[in-house]
Amino acid sequence: MKEKEIILKVEDVSKQYRLGLIGTGTLGDDLKRFWYKIRGKEDPFLKVGDNSDRNKSATSDYVWALRNIDFDVQKGEVLGIIGKNGAGKSTLLKILSRITLPTQGQIKTKGRIASLLEVGTGFHPELTGLENIYLNGAILGMTKAEIQKKEDDIVEFSGCKMYIDTPVKRYSSGMRVRLAFAVAAFLEPDILVIDEVLAVGDAEFQKKAIGKMQDISKGEGRTVLFVSHNMASVKTLCTKAIVLEHGSIVFSGGTDEAVSYYLKGGGEVENAKDFDEDYDKDEFRLQNISVYNSGSKVKDVIKESQDIEVKTEIFVKSDTPENLHLTYHMTNELGDAMFSFSNYKSGAPLRKDMNTLLCKIPAKFLQSGQYFLSLIVVKDKKHAAFVERDIISFTVVDSSRDIGEYMGREPGYIRPNFNWSIAND
Amino acid sequence: MKFHQDDNWLYTISAKRKLIDFNFKEIWQYRDLLVLFVKRDVITVYKQTILGPLWYLIQPLFTALTFTLIFNKVANIETGTVPPFLFNLAGISIWNYFKSCLTSTSNTFSGNAGIFSKVYFPRIISPLSSVISNLLRFIIQLLVFVAFYIYYYMNGAAISINEYVFIFPLLIILMALQGLGLGMIISSMVTKYRDVKFLLNFGVQLLMYLSAVMYPLALMREKLPQFAWLVEYNPLAYIIEATRYVLLNDGTFSIKGLAYTSLITVVIFFIGLVIFNKTEKTFIDTV
Repeated sequence: MKEKEIILKVEDVSKQYRLGLIGTGTLGDDLKRFWYKIRGKEDPFLKVGDNSDRNKSATSDYVWALRNIDFDVQKGEVLGIIGKNGAGKSTLLKILSRITLPTQGQIKTKGRIASLLEVGTGFHPELTGLENIYLNGAILGMTKAEIQKKEDDIVEFSGCKMYIDTPVKRYSSGMRVRLAFAVAAFLEPDILVIDEVLAVGDAEFQKKAIGKMQDISKGEGRTVLFVSHNMASVKTLCTKAIVLEHGSIVFSGGTDEAVSYYLKGGGEVENAKDFDEDYDKDEFRLQNISVYNSGSKVKDVIKESQDIEVKTEIFVKSDTPENLHLTYHMTNELGDAMFSFSNYKSGAPLRKDMNTLLCKIPAKFLQSGQYFLSLIVVKDKKHAAFVERDIISFTVVDSSRDIGEYMGREPGYIRPNFNWSIAND
Repeated sequence: MKFHQDDNWLYTISAKRKLIDFNFKEIWQYRDLLVLFVKRDVITVYKQTILGPLWYLIQPLFTALTFTLIFNKVANIETGTVPPFLFNLAGISIWNYFKSCLTSTSNTFSGNAGIFSKVYFPRIISPLSSVISNLLRFIIQLLVFVAFYIYYYMNGAAISINEYVFIFPLLIILMALQGLGLGMIISSMVTKYRDVKFLLNFGVQLLMYLSAVMYPLALMREKLPQFAWLVEYNPLAYIIEATRYVLLNDGTFSIKGLAYTSLITVVIFFIGLVIFNKTEKTFIDTV
């Protein structure tokens, strides 16, 4: 069996923050702390504190941004760290990159950690591009000799060769970002921490950046900790992943499982909905609506690459079912109406008693994102007998893409797969 | 699956830290950053100015001129055989070195919060680089002093350097350590209580009057004997007085005083180190 080496060990790390304004009362707390300390007692404020959940109102002035985080990283592994905003990802990265220290616990490492928390740190606007390459490189932990060796590559990679002797203050923001990423890309730490850098630059530069990151993690066997909201890039780049929620690890394991776990919001499924007696109307009773990939279970994540089915279970009491039909309006997460679809003149009319209607949305038609369906039951082709906005929502996920592909979201509401052919043969 | 021995960790990040915990090996690894910071400070200060580095010289020269006019011509402070302008220039140059070290290092945390919140490097690099770039500035000012010295000497002024001139580098180091030590203490306090910043501004001005910059120590003893101890026990005043003694052979000097000043300086510096060390680990949460 191949010998594995643990390069980074995070042991029971917790981080506490103070809520509210700093200044009011801190002097008092400081004195109290000091008083406990000189009597050899434990810090009185370490005991109190809530877990970090922004929706609850705080019951104490202190909050745990991270609580008992425990994981190991093996050499050469690319670990994805995913979680919602405020789950503690950034705090964890800050501790890993030694910007702040944990309140409790410890991290042991066998290699140098460098972070790409935000590129372009320490750029001085008055210095030229080249001078900034040296300054930024040194801030990130490179020696002058190392930078000298890579100078040409960095300049080449940034694509700013023409402006390299111009002060950075005259650069466009895009050029600045490219120069900064170029410096960071040529860092050679044992462990690299990357946070959301994929969001920078235009599509062409993103492709370059991701290719470079691939080289770093795959080709050169570097250990990488990767934090992102982009599930497609996490799936493509990472070999393992952990999911953070309210400052604790709620899932740890394979990338696919972790991404599914995260997208399901920790096990809660919103893709299906059963309706109670409130939906028992005079002419019909609505029972269930569910959205899922054809052939998959209702609880699974909905993928862009497979057909999506909308299933409606409705019991019709009316003796003239031909006067009723269903119309769905679909809106995206911004609330923009996208289109409507209906079973009117569809070959699947409503009949008396139980109806289970299936509507199939073809694969590679919807973009990744969250969607809302509003249901309208139409009577006599013109009256709305029943309307409910956003009766169900579901999330479509971009499936894993090939290495080096563009990772961002394509523009537009839909992403149809048109038929292409060659006409000059 | 077999694991390597777990005891060869490169470093550990944890809440517990020693009182003074400086990894000199690590600071040495970042020496290139120190050089680049110094270079950045020197190059960028006077970018887009017409006179550029000449500002290094204009400011002390005009201050010395003003002091000469006000304190020596109007207020008739006696400087013995030494030309008052040289007397003031010597005092102002070394005082300015202290002042610039203090003000730039006291800004370490609040001024660099942007960088410090993004990247790790030994934080001490930042105040060290200010002390060194200010030293370069001081050396340029010293060259001007030497030029005026030669000018006055050629014109027959009764000035000579003292045989103790070899301790002058030591005086500069003491001045740097005091500025650095006090600056580190203040920079740590500023992260939590911004009041200190306002205090610093006029505190430095008051301190100048207590540091024998524009008068000889002997004059204080003669005119205000009941307050002279304030100046005598001020290590800054001692360094300024000693600077004039070794460069202009004017004023008082004693080995005992030098020992006292060195001791105080070392104490201030270590207090500064301890506080800085304590602050650097969590200041990003409070700044």
